[in-house]
Amino acid sequence: MFSSFMTNTWAVASMVAVVAGITGFFVVLRGTTFAAHALPLGTFPGAAAASLLGVNELFGLIVFSGLGVIGISQLGRHQRNDVATALTLITLLGLGTLFLSLSSQYSQAVYALLFGEVLGIGSGEVAPVAIISLAVIAATVLLFRPLLLTAVAADLGAARGISNRLVDLAFLSILGLATAMALPVVGALLVFSLMVGPAAAARALTGRPVLAMLFSAGIALLMVWSAIALSYWSNWPVGFFVGTLAAMCYGVGRAWMRFGG
Amino acid sequence: MLLFAPGFFTSEPVRTALIIGGGAAVVSAVVGVFTVIRGQSFAGHALADVSSAGGSAAYLVGVAPMLGFLGMAVLAAGVMEAFGVRRARERDLVTGIVLGAGLGLTALFLYFDVTTRSTTGAAISVMFGSMFAIPAGIIAPTLGVGAGALLVVAAIYRPLLLCSLDADIARVRGVNVRLVGLLHLTVLSLAVTLSAMTIGAILSTALLIGPAAAALRLARRPGAAILIAVIIGLGAVCGGVLLAYDSYDWTPGHGWPVSFFIVAIIFVVYLASGLARRGRTA
Repeated sequence: MFSSFMTNTWAVASMVAVVAGITGFFVVLRGTTFAAHALPLGTFPGAAAASLLGVNELFGLIVFSGLGVIGISQLGRHQRNDVATALTLITLLGLGTLFLSLSSQYSQAVYALLFGEVLGIGSGEVAPVAIISLAVIAATVLLFRPLLLTAVAADLGAARGISNRLVDLAFLSILGLATAMALPVVGALLVFSLMVGPAAAARALTGRPVLAMLFSAGIALLMVWSAIALSYWSNWPVGFFVGTLAAMCYGVGRAWMRFGG
Repeated sequence: MLLFAPGFFTSEPVRTALIIGGGAAVVSAVVGVFTVIRGQSFAGHALADVSSAGGSAAYLVGVAPMLGFLGMAVLAAGVMEAFGVRRARERDLVTGIVLGAGLGLTALFLYFDVTTRSTTGAAISVMFGSMFAIPAGIIAPTLGVGAGALLVVAAIYRPLLLCSLDADIARVRGVNVRLVGLLHLTVLSLAVTLSAMTIGAILSTALLIGPAAAALRLARRPGAAILIAVIIGLGAVCGGVLLAYDSYDWTPGHGWPVSFFIVAIIFVVYLASGLARRGRTA
């Protein structure tokens, strides 16, 4: 389990978990769960498009997550947020079905992109993931105060001259970048579960923002590690364990809020 | 190039696709209008995704996929409603958690599908649908489920509309808001199940939200919005099937997916609806 071919898996999955835990804190706080689900799912056709055109996969993913961010924020100007997100998502996925049908040899990769295939990550994937992780974490830390303020009290933020729309756009871009990075290694479903489950549990444990964010990253790490270990032993897909563990996190957090804390 | 490629009207798969797709479009459009008004697009999308767990489980044990899709969607709707949260942010979070767990199950069942029955196509057909491969035998049960969903909507039309527009007023007037919400979620899961089987789980949101969102931009009254949504939905399905059938001639021996054309038509109509409204108000 800790043999050399697994080293990259552990490293990459840990980085993805920390990034997902940190961004997930704001996903839960700002109530952008749907966007956090739609961005990864809408981004994965980018990989199929890239393979069709013969360019680098990461490039296709970044372009598609960029399209997703633009779509959600542009349509959101005339439309309710959830409708804008849904329309963006279906448009990207519609393109995805076309690309998938045109490149028939690609259909094998769909399962991995949707549900994650973390065992067997190449060493070439470690460096880009590390760089983008650092960028995402740096952006989140830099924008920490405006992100927090506009989420908790949008009026107060507006009074201080912070544009709510701009912060929304910045946060969506951070989400999009984190998504594009995490998608090829852990899959669309995993990214989303990792963002929502740990953050929901951390929120129940403490009311202090910085601490909650660190808890969220910590829980995400534990979740990914146990999911990989369980998947390694049972041969069952990692996505199943992450999804189930995320639901358990949320359940425990709710119970804690009601009976414990 | 012919508009109707030879054999379009005589082909059995095309007729089945048109009937089932059309039925799914009508039910989705009607339910979709309420879903958009209530701001529950995410729930609609999540139910469709989660229903794919049932679909993939059905492949595994060899029962009719429809039973699987339907059972799982209704179950997920029940779980979401059991948590019964009113605040939108928290409701989205519960939806997300149910969605994550449901997709986890899908991953597991699809993995079993691949390992035990060696049907690698299951992932694609469950998630993206395969419209021309629908067996004609499921026409009757599908239309039955669709008719049932429409009957429920018709029966609770006024309270549902009132709750969707303003839950507080509805409560004052003595409407059981909780019950209406549960009924709406149940009807929603029936609607998304129908479209999940035709254009696939993750794209069924297209038929649910697209026509309704466009119609609500065009119409001022709810009844008119429902009518317009139904027309858009039906048009998108018919146009999508037709174009997909014709596309066998564009790229020799290889058709383009129906789902792509349906989504493309819906998206264009949605953009056009924005232009139409701007033209009217200007």
